[in-house]
Amino acid sequence: MSEFELGGRRWGSRLIMGTGGFRSLRAMEEAIEASGAEIVTVALRRIDLNASGSVIDSLRRAERFLLPNTAGCYTAHDAVLTARLAREAFDTDWVKLEVIGDDRTLYPDPTELLDAAVTLVADGFVVLPYTNDDPILARRLEEVGCAAVMPLGAPIGSGMGIRNPYNLSIIVERAGVPVICDAGVGTASDAAIAMELGCDGVLMASAIARARDPVKMASAMRSAIEAGRLAYEAGRMPRKLHAEASTPIGGTAEFRAG
Amino acid sequence: MRLFVNGETRDLPDAITIAQLVAREAPGLESGRGVAVAVDAEVIPRSEWHDTTLEPGQTVEVLAAMQGGA
Repeated sequence: MSEFELGGRRWGSRLIMGTGGFRSLRAMEEAIEASGAEIVTVALRRIDLNASGSVIDSLRRAERFLLPNTAGCYTAHDAVLTARLAREAFDTDWVKLEVIGDDRTLYPDPTELLDAAVTLVADGFVVLPYTNDDPILARRLEEVGCAAVMPLGAPIGSGMGIRNPYNLSIIVERAGVPVICDAGVGTASDAAIAMELGCDGVLMASAIARARDPVKMASAMRSAIEAGRLAYEAGRMPRKLHAEASTPIGGTAEFRAG
Repeated sequence: MRLFVNGETRDLPDAITIAQLVAREAPGLESGRGVAVAVDAEVIPRSEWHDTTLEPGQTVEVLAAMQGGA
């Protein structure tokens, strides 16, 4: 499987893992290990002195690259401020940009998202925007300097899989930056489909965290993403309506009784 | 003096610095790694925490890393 480049760096794993939703830090650490993910997302929240253990210590111990997100932001203003705070907290200028439109769909708010992207790119950030599966918005995000586009497969936490593979294909076909399918994956075959469509990577958390056995699912996702990428690189056979024998017809024995 | 820290009204010593506030709010995280502070919606870089004194009525957010994403 080929390496891929994101934000000017080369990565071996095409799985980016969110760290939300795990039952414990230990469960999260074990799942990250099994997933092989090199990049993991973290959020910024009001400090909680009752929290057991520090997520930051846990992730540093795991030696993963921390990608702060702006989860929970509804306006460009809040997302930009959150990204700047994350830059201070984590010493990184990378940000997974999320600007949400409402709490029922958790779909991105396209105009706020684009505004925030423009500001953060100008501020020197490596901007990885979570976006709708809209080829035009993806193009606009690329044009303003985002380092990747991250279209959803289905709503965050829905586990509904890749609902519009045609739009993902169009985004992949036109993109000059990496395309990461972000959100919607429910099980391994969903991740494989995203990769077969030509996505450069998949970002997920719930599909792993909410599986009955998160560690086993993390391992399944790792395999699925590798298999999907290999299949994409190999190039699938054309689909046909009718059968086509793969064994030569010539030389077939003729059996006649008597 | 009265400050608003993470959504709560707090009575804190006059002229408290951000570094001192973080030490109170987040014992063990005083080094500031994984912690960020905003005062009246302005980011205060860690390098300025020792020299920035807070004024009455300011709104302070002390944030830290949390599990999150997708």
